[in-house]
Amino acid sequence: MSGKTTGTVAGEQRASLRRRPFFWIIAAVIAAFALAPAIGNNVELRESLLLATVYITLASNLNIMLGYAGYINFGSIVFFGLGGYTCVYLISAHGWPLAAAELAAGVAVSFLALVFGLGILRLRGAFFALATIGINEAVQAFVSNFEPWGGAAGLYLPTTIFKPLGGPMRALWVVYFLLVAVMGASLYLSYAVKSSKFGLGLIAIGQNEDAAVVLGVPAPLYKALAYSLSAFLPALAGGLYFFKSAFIQPSDAFDLNLSTEAMVIVMLGGRSTVTGAAIGAYLYEELRGYLLTSQTFSSFQLVISGALLLLIVLFVPGGLMGWIYGRWPRGKEVLE
Amino acid sequence: MLGIIAAIIDGVLIGSVYGLAALGLTLIWGVMEVINLTHGAAIVAGMFGLYLLANAVHIPPYATLPLILIGGFLVGIVLYWISVHRLMGRPPLMILLSTFAVNLVVIGLGTAAWGTDLFNVPVSLPSVTWGRYTFSGTHILAAALTTAIAGALYLFLYHTKLGKAVRAVANNREAAELAGIPTTRVLSLSFGLGVALAGAAGMLIATMFPFTVLSGDAYQLKSFVVTALGGLGNPAGALVGGIALGLIEGFAGQFMPVSWTLVIEFVLFVAVLIIFPRGIFAFRRA
Amino acid sequence: MRKLYLLAAVAALVAAPAFADDMLTIGMTLSQTGPLNVDSVAQQRGAELWRDEVNAAGGIKAGSKHYKVRFVTYDDQSQGGRVQQLYTRLIVQDKSQFLFGPYSSGLCATAAVISEQYGKPMLITGGAEAKTLELGNKYLVQVLSRAGEYLAGAIRALESKNAHAKLAVVYADDPFSKAVAVAARKLAQAGGLDIVLDESYAPNTTDFSAIINKTISASAEALVGGGHYADGATLARQIHDQKANLKYISLLVAPDSPQFASLGDAAYGITVPSQWEVQAAYKPDFGPTGAAFAKAFAAKFKIAADYHSALGYAGGLLLQHAIEQSGSIDADKVVAVLNAMDVTTFFGRFKIATDPGHHGLQVAHEMVLAQWQRKNGRLEREVVWPKAAQTADLIYPLH
Repeated sequence: MSGKTTGTVAGEQRASLRRRPFFWIIAAVIAAFALAPAIGNNVELRESLLLATVYITLASNLNIMLGYAGYINFGSIVFFGLGGYTCVYLISAHGWPLAAAELAAGVAVSFLALVFGLGILRLRGAFFALATIGINEAVQAFVSNFEPWGGAAGLYLPTTIFKPLGGPMRALWVVYFLLVAVMGASLYLSYAVKSSKFGLGLIAIGQNEDAAVVLGVPAPLYKALAYSLSAFLPALAGGLYFFKSAFIQPSDAFDLNLSTEAMVIVMLGGRSTVTGAAIGAYLYEELRGYLLTSQTFSSFQLVISGALLLLIVLFVPGGLMGWIYGRWPRGKEVLE
Repeated sequence: MLGIIAAIIDGVLIGSVYGLAALGLTLIWGVMEVINLTHGAAIVAGMFGLYLLANAVHIPPYATLPLILIGGFLVGIVLYWISVHRLMGRPPLMILLSTFAVNLVVIGLGTAAWGTDLFNVPVSLPSVTWGRYTFSGTHILAAALTTAIAGALYLFLYHTKLGKAVRAVANNREAAELAGIPTTRVLSLSFGLGVALAGAAGMLIATMFPFTVLSGDAYQLKSFVVTALGGLGNPAGALVGGIALGLIEGFAGQFMPVSWTLVIEFVLFVAVLIIFPRGIFAFRRA
Repeated sequence: MRKLYLLAAVAALVAAPAFADDMLTIGMTLSQTGPLNVDSVAQQRGAELWRDEVNAAGGIKAGSKHYKVRFVTYDDQSQGGRVQQLYTRLIVQDKSQFLFGPYSSGLCATAAVISEQYGKPMLITGGAEAKTLELGNKYLVQVLSRAGEYLAGAIRALESKNAHAKLAVVYADDPFSKAVAVAARKLAQAGGLDIVLDESYAPNTTDFSAIINKTISASAEALVGGGHYADGATLARQIHDQKANLKYISLLVAPDSPQFASLGDAAYGITVPSQWEVQAAYKPDFGPTGAAFAKAFAAKFKIAADYHSALGYAGGLLLQHAIEQSGSIDADKVVAVLNAMDVTTFFGRFKIATDPGHHGLQVAHEMVLAQWQRKNGRLEREVVWPKAAQTADLIYPLH
């Protein structure tokens, strides 16, 4: 494929994307996230939505590998954690401004993902799933021993770090809007991939990799690209999240539970749908937040999350979107 | 030098128990190509089985082993029907998630019942002293019992009719079905066996180390590493892989800071998966 | 769920006028579950005892008003992941006027920035690591001695018995234990002890045999280190099982819990740096004596108080004193009083640094060293260091 034709194809796709209603639905979601807490300075709503933006970012990007290509990635959190570490390290040790540190974190982590990807994407199914756990654990163990990154004690940011953003209170808003932007980018990326030839290739791989190869899908290249692509935005989200925390340590950055939560979210919403990952993440975050702070249910939150997941897997394997499509087949044309 | 030999011996003793735990995981994979994420919960259930039976009912610690094996087997069969049977033939993600969900429920119930306090089952056994080094009796007996259980499993798989049926299903489920083997029954039985082995390993670990409701995750990860070394679905490989892991932990730790052994362990894990996806110690499939 | 929130909000609005004037809300997360729960729950119980006693006595008096104390708590599951969200919620939704920090240095480091962002005073009763307080905060107040102090007594006590002992430093990979180990290493080297082994381990380690074999191979006579409850208790048991024949063992945190006695023989002779022991008879400027606190605690919870419980109680007591002195519940006024305070309670002395680079860092409180000894066939903790405060002689060597 020559550069010229790629350019035209991409251009046409972009135009057609904008004509579809779903493009505007995403725009409306982003606007709602940005405006709802800003109206009336609702800090409480902002904090609740902030975690939702992180979950949506993680789930949407996981969906590229898991939903489209059918590769089970238990260790997707490693991108989030490495992004956080790179960003916090560049700010604290080298005094980089947030924007530059973020960009560097995204690029570095995507590159690393490409390297990891070229290695482990030779594996399929369960072997790939196990390898992703191994990578996360290896990186966590390594960072725990890596003194320039503070080892097990982690890295701290001084409170003065928020000054350039207008003090600690305003910085929280700035970080929130940036996270909403990252979330929006994740939704558009997820949508753009799904509607592209690249996405079709991934879905073909997900259905039958051998057949896809026979039909001319460059499977190894596509998989490595998808893996690397799905690392970029989570790395940015990790950078922002840990910048806001002003503290990062290995056990928080590489928490395997967060990876599995992202998988649960994708299942809850419905695999390989853009809307599903987003709604799933939002619902899940609200549910967990409610269970964790409820006096009655807080000791049973694991039981409830587990039982819910089991029921979905057993009886509603298509998730929320699968159920909606079942009731309202025309939904497929509106909600991707 | 003596220290290194002592470390190797201790590594082998503990590693054999890791092998037993991994045996449960690998058996299930070998028969039905399912990664059982309830594995960690089964190990913890074995630990608490020992605690309850030994502390509350006052059964001698090692006499609980057969009870835990039988209990684990029955629970495993129930788990098969709840979380696996309906999903056979669906994408592998589904069973990963359903067993993960059951894991959450079990750990959640355990946390509600016992909190996450540390439990300790004191087992007093004479230990063996060699120069300045001491090998605790619990480690030696755990290794011996592991060998006995693995031997019994071998006899079952290779010298009983049912065992042969299990191997036939593992080799080719459709062919086994055509040959008149009741495959569903064999699958549920294998799942029960896998859970029973994990429970037994948990019980033996609990005689050696204190534990909490959340201990399962760490041992489940170790089981993954062991199965990767030994080859998924390969029972003999699991035992050898377990011993290899114990050796790495004991031996490598003598030459570098012990906290780096975890890095070595997981890097090796990924490297082995990529280079030898069927395991370093992959002899042949059961 | 939105509806539930809405209902809760409406209920809060309706209920608010009834108590808004005389209710003081203190927010905190605790680790009801997860690896830190033993010490976190002990700390929380101390705080609850303080709250109940204050309310029974008519509340905190500030100026002309009396405030009853109300706690709002959430479970942080011993994980940093939700600590910030929960503290934000405590401030924004539950309208907490003051905060108690979570348990452990790692979680405190995560929570600290919220106190700064929202300008709410946070009393740190469970985070000894000093780094958190060196980042330019204005609202943190550390009640306990910092991490660097932990093993000072243990090392001096060892030096008093054997000035050139061969020492193994073995500690958990977490912010607190690492800070303790760094300070201990310096002290030991300055004093002439011979560090023959320096190892760290992952906090969820259960098998310590490799480290113990290394300790034996290095011919170490003494071992200092550990981390929190679960790993510390496990390490103690395996040192005993593998007969490491150490003459002296000092572990962080774990041996201070009454539960540690369940290890039986493995607990015998182990020393622990302690923020407080009941035997330490400070003359309090206000509040109960140590003995009175311990008695009330045992009566309420049917379990002996340890230093984490004492910390929980002391945090409340100091906050109460500061509010009463300032005559208001205004955050800045109360912090100003805390900055200037130099007082002694049953818990010992309290004074914090006030320079911008170290604001809130505890500079006056002193620690003691306790040892598990046998008394009438039962395992009990005795204070063995410093000499001025000791209730029994240090047992040395153990083997």
